Amino acid sequence: MPTLAHYLIVSGLLFSIGLAAVLLRRNILIIFMGLELMLNAANLSLVSFSRFNLMDGLPNYNAQVFVFFIITVAAAEVAVGLAIIVALFRAKQTTHVEDLETLKF
Amino acid sequence: MQLALFWIFSLLTLIFAVGVAFLRNPVSSAMCLVMTFVGLAALFVTLDAYFIGIVQILVYAGAVMVLFLFIIMLLDLRAEKRRSVKISAWVGGGLVIGGFVAALARVVATLPALQVTKPALSNPAVNDVAAIGETLFRNFNLPFQIIGVLLLVATVGVVVLSRKELK
Repeated sequence: MPTLAHYLIVSGLLFSIGLAAVLLRRNILIIFMGLELMLNAANLSLVSFSRFNLMDGLPNYNAQVFVFFIITVAAAEVAVGLAIIVALFRAKQTTHVEDLETLKF
Repeated sequence: MQLALFWIFSLLTLIFAVGVAFLRNPVSSAMCLVMTFVGLAALFVTLDAYFIGIVQILVYAGAVMVLFLFIIMLLDLRAEKRRSVKISAWVGGGLVIGGFVAALARVVATLPALQVTKPALSNPAVNDVAAIGETLFRNFNLPFQIIGVLLLVATVGVVVLSRKELK
């Protein structure tokens, strides 16, 4: 049987792969996909904590409601973020972060 | 059996996640992301969170990824040209990520509270959609309304952002 540690390690590895995509990639769309991976890693650990800490013999549904909220906010975030990326592409004709340095100090 | 399924789905998830992070073509990254979300949904099902698994497939693998692929098509992105790799960025990023993974592995491996197997459910056939719905509408009614407003604001914001010229 998988233990809680198994799930947490998978969640942590998924989070670090997402972090790697954010830190190491230069395409703004891939950076955005890395953000999605990190959100999903958080969801995985929430759901596993909910399953391993039973309340009255049932999973802790508060955590699953929280995951539901995270998914909703992530969907809204993707819509707004992609609209910003499209506006950016229209203005600058690029999705490469090194070509976007107007705000760089 | 449970452990075998866990390994199959977690390896699927992690391998495709590596594909997302390191493939050159944005379309292949997006397809890998779809498979990552499907693997995660299967992991949720192994945790008896059927509703979350279904929502994961519907919202992420369905709506969000269609949006991503649509934007990639709209922007007409090709495979990235190879640019000069910044060694400092890779070293710094590698250090941050390696440190994070090492710290996490150490904590998870040494904490005895985490070495527990799944406790048995008192009633395995419980309808978890009904239970989540009840929690959502009873205990989290105000956050639920706020999420509704957030979605409305996001919709209006996207419409404003994608107008022809921003004033």
